[in-house]
This record gives sequence, structure tokens and C-alpha cells, in this order.
Amino acid sequence: MTVNTAARQAQAIARNPRSLTETRFRPMDLVLRCISVFAGALTLFLVAGLILYILATGLPNVTWEFLTTEESALNRTYGILPNIINTVYVIVITLVVAAPLGVGGAIYLNEYAKRGRLTRIIEFTTEALAGIPSIIYGLFGMMVFNNTFGFGYSILSGCLTLAIMVLPTIIRTTQEALRTVPTGYREGAAGLGASKWHTIRTILIPCCKGGIITSLILSIGRIVGESAALIFTAGIAANLPTNWFTHATTSGATFAVQLYQYADQGRNEVSFAIAAVLVLLVLAINFLARLCSGRKKA
Amino acid sequence: MTIAETKPTLTSAKRAKGAVERIMNVIFFVCGIASILCVAAITIYMVISGLPAIREVGLWEFLTGTVWAPTAENPQFGILPMILTTIAGTFGAIIIGAPLGVLTAVFICYLVPKRVQNFCTAAVELLAGIPSVIYGLVGITLLSPLVARIFDLPSGASLFTSVIVLAVMILPTIVSVSITSLKAVPQEYYDGSLALGATTMTSIFKMNIRAAKSGIITGIVLGMGRAIGETMAIIMVSGNVVNMPNLFGSVRFLTTGIVSEMSYAAGLHRQTLFSIGLILFLFIFAINLILTGILKKGSKD
Repeated sequence: MTVNTAARQAQAIARNPRSLTETRFRPMDLVLRCISVFAGALTLFLVAGLILYILATGLPNVTWEFLTTEESALNRTYGILPNIINTVYVIVITLVVAAPLGVGGAIYLNEYAKRGRLTRIIEFTTEALAGIPSIIYGLFGMMVFNNTFGFGYSILSGCLTLAIMVLPTIIRTTQEALRTVPTGYREGAAGLGASKWHTIRTILIPCCKGGIITSLILSIGRIVGESAALIFTAGIAANLPTNWFTHATTSGATFAVQLYQYADQGRNEVSFAIAAVLVLLVLAINFLARLCSGRKKA
Repeated sequence: MTIAETKPTLTSAKRAKGAVERIMNVIFFVCGIASILCVAAITIYMVISGLPAIREVGLWEFLTGTVWAPTAENPQFGILPMILTTIAGTFGAIIIGAPLGVLTAVFICYLVPKRVQNFCTAAVELLAGIPSVIYGLVGITLLSPLVARIFDLPSGASLFTSVIVLAVMILPTIVSVSITSLKAVPQEYYDGSLALGATTMTSIFKMNIRAAKSGIITGIVLGMGRAIGETMAIIMVSGNVVNMPNLFGSVRFLTTGIVSEMSYAAGLHRQTLFSIGLILFLFIFAINLILTGILKKGSKD
């Protein structure tokens, strides 16, 4: 009997090597374990509950018509096609501005700059940019791009504002990717007589493609969900583009801004429909980002 | 002959290459200092646009005035209620969010099977990806009526509701930073604690959490920054009336104060909104300084 218990105990320890004193019951341990499990369960329940609630409430109203028409007061129908187009405009223009700047900044920090005061300042300001709330970006964008530059409420102002906002995301993620490139690659390239720019162009950037793409996907996630910075800069209009080229200079609301508009007016049905579309987008973006950064490691 | 022919092309190619190098050098340098320029520009613009109204109203009057009546015949611009509401809301969110976040991090790090760990982390990070307007929408349709019913209030739009929404919004920041710092604690600490006869839970709470302290505090301060700056989620659930912070009363935060009046404000009123932005910016700046202080101290340890 005792042998049996001892053997079982040994087995249990082998299976799960914990403290030998674990056999004694301590009430505090149980309490700590319980509150931790409770907290974890509550958080996970919040995530699942929130997403399922939004999808369950919103998805029934997401129809093909909803996605492919514009709002019509005459027919009393809702449609978010203008917002989809605006969002695409905002994503593309923002990334066109921010991606080269961010990737270039990361390359400068990692490849060109010597560690010192300048890099410390750059890193500090990058962190600071990441910490500035979007409402401040909104005010700044409104003053600089709308007023000083005279763009007025336009998608372009919104994009330039957002470009500053996503800069830290791109710089940080690209920097992490650059750090994973072995120093041997750089030395090898230098040994073969390649210049710095040549090395960056042909070796470093291809090596960190996964990281750069991840950073862009993460940025898209932020852009799609942004509202406070865009209300003051890109405005709240929801018109279909009359001219595809000049559309960027007109006011335009993205999904999130439109969602706020409807929610503010208490039109919850259509708000939840947009929310469901947004949540699906966020899920897809998270999944894609994970996929890309996972491939980088492999 | 051939040498004479190739030599100049070689040098010119080299020179061209050197020029490209130099140009790229400059381009990358400009990209590198872009974030410095942006922060400088934002700081300068915030100060320039925020100061005139403060000068006109008077700093003391502006910060400690309790009456916000910008459109009255005899306008008064006191933002003390908004400042206090922002502070109260942020601390409330931290009081709820920090324990919940740290305990969730412990749960994910130590109490969940290894296979599920990544899934749990991903799930928590999803919370960070959900746009703030959606939090506001769910807050106003689900949470607000619930709060009104439970506490028997005429309206659920209150500081309490905002605090809960903020607590949920800062959770992912606290959880993921805590997980990272808990994972960075050397395994030997934990093993040593076990070898001394401590139980697993004692080891986790008395050893690992203490070792990860600076990381966890960083997470909490980052969460604070998020809570202070949050706008669109709480504009819908806070009630938006300028009152001194009252847990179950309608309140207005600094951030929501800007958004709710910007569309129609003009003149001095509009300028004061920029001043509110400046105050908010100073708050965030202070948080950033605290953060660098913690990180510096952490790296010294």
C-alpha cells in the first residue's frame, strides 16, 4: 500500500515536477490559484463574449446590398460602399507615405547610425510617438495639414496624420526583423565588395520581407480602427468618388468614423453591422500578421 | 589600349556608385530623424495653439476653474472637472485593469497547458486590435443599460461605465507586457524557489512577479497612457456633462471635451479646446518621462 502510494507519487512528480512540499495543503495557494484562474477566465470570456456579441448582433444586417451601395435616404437603405472606398484610399496613401519612411528609419537606426545620443533620441521619440493619443494627432493634423498646408478636410490630410501615427509601428517591427538577420550576411556582402546600399537592397530588405509585411499589416489594423484622428482631418463625408484622382482631396469617412456617426445618432442596427465588418477585418488582420511573422521565424 | 578604354569607365562607375551611396546615406538619415522631427513639430504646434487661450483666460483660472460655460454670455473656461475626471477615470481603470491583467498574465504563463498558451496570448491581443469606437458602441448598448439597471440609475452613462470600458481597453497592454517580462525571468529563480521548499504558487507570486516587477509596472504605466488618451470609446458612455467626478454621475473627460465641442466651437472657445489638448499632451509627456525613468532603472538592475 505504502509502496503503491510512493510509486504513484513518484510518477506524479515525474509527470509534473513540482515542489516536494506541494503535498501539504496551503489555503493561500488555493486562493491565489483560484483568483488567477478566475482572472484568466474572465479575460478570455471578455474576448470571446465581445467578438461573438458583435458578430451575432451585426452580421444579420450585413448584406451584399449593404456592402455595395451608398446610403439612400430615399429608399431608407444603408450602404457603406463609400466608406469602403475611403478606407482603401486611406490605407494605400498612408502606407505609401509611411512605409518608406518607417523602413528607412529602421534601416538607419540598425545599419547606419552608431549607437549614441542620436539613436537614443530617435528611439525615445519613436516611443513617444507611439504613446501620443490619437486625439492629439487629430488636433495636430487639423492644424498642420488642414489649416497651414490648406488641404482642408480631406482624405489626404487624414493620411498624412495617420502616416505619422503608424510610423513607430513600422520602425519597431522592421527593426526587430533587421536584428534577426545574421551579422555574417552583412560581413559576407562587404567581403564580396558590395556597398552598403547594395547590401541593403539585395540582402537585408529581402531577408526582412516578412517583418516589413507584418509591420504593414499591423499598421493597416491601426488605420482601419482609427477614428479620433480622422474625424478632425479627413472629415465625415460619405460620398462615392466622382473623380478617382481628386477623391483624395475631398472629405471622406472611413468605416470607424462612419460607425461613430451612426452610433452617435443612435442608429444601432447599422452601427453593429459596420462593427461586425470591422471585427471580421481585425480578425483577418491579426491572423495574417501572425502568419507573416511566423514564417519569418521559420 | 583596352586599359585606357576601361579605366575611365571604371572610375566613373565608381564615382557614380559613390554618389548613390552618399545620396542613400542622406535619405536614410532623413528617414531616421523623421520621428524626431514629428515629435518636435507636434510639440511646437500643440504649444503654439494651446498657449493663446491659456494666456487670455489665465493659467490658474483655466486649471482650477470649476465652471465650463464657453458659450455663455459671460464665458467661463474652467477645466478642473475634466482634469479630475480624467485622473479619476484613469486610476479607476488601473485599479480594475492592473490586478486583472497581471493575474491573467500569471494564468497564461503558468497555469495553462503550453499548447494553449499561444492561443490565449493571441486572444488577449485581439482585444487590443478592436477599434475604440466598437468598445463605445458595446458600452452604450450593453454595459450602460446594465449599469443603470443594477444600480438603479436613470442613465447608465457615467464615470463608472467609462472606468469599466477603459479597464477592458487597457487589459491587453498590461497582459502582454506582463507576459513578456514574466517569461524573461530566469528559470533558475523559479527552480531555486521550489528547491527551497516553496510551493508553485508561492514561487510564482513571491519570486517571479517580484523579479518581473519593473516590466509589469511598465505595462501598467503604458496602460495608463492609453487610458488618459482614450476618446471615442468613452465619449459614448461617459454622459458628457461637465461635472466634478462622481462615480455614478455623468462626466466629461479632457479628451471627450475636445471632440464634443470642436465641431461648433469658434474664437476663444475653439482656442481653449486646443489648450485642453495641450494639457492632455503634458499629461502624456509626464507618463513618457515616468516610463523612461522606469526603463532606465530596470536596465540598471
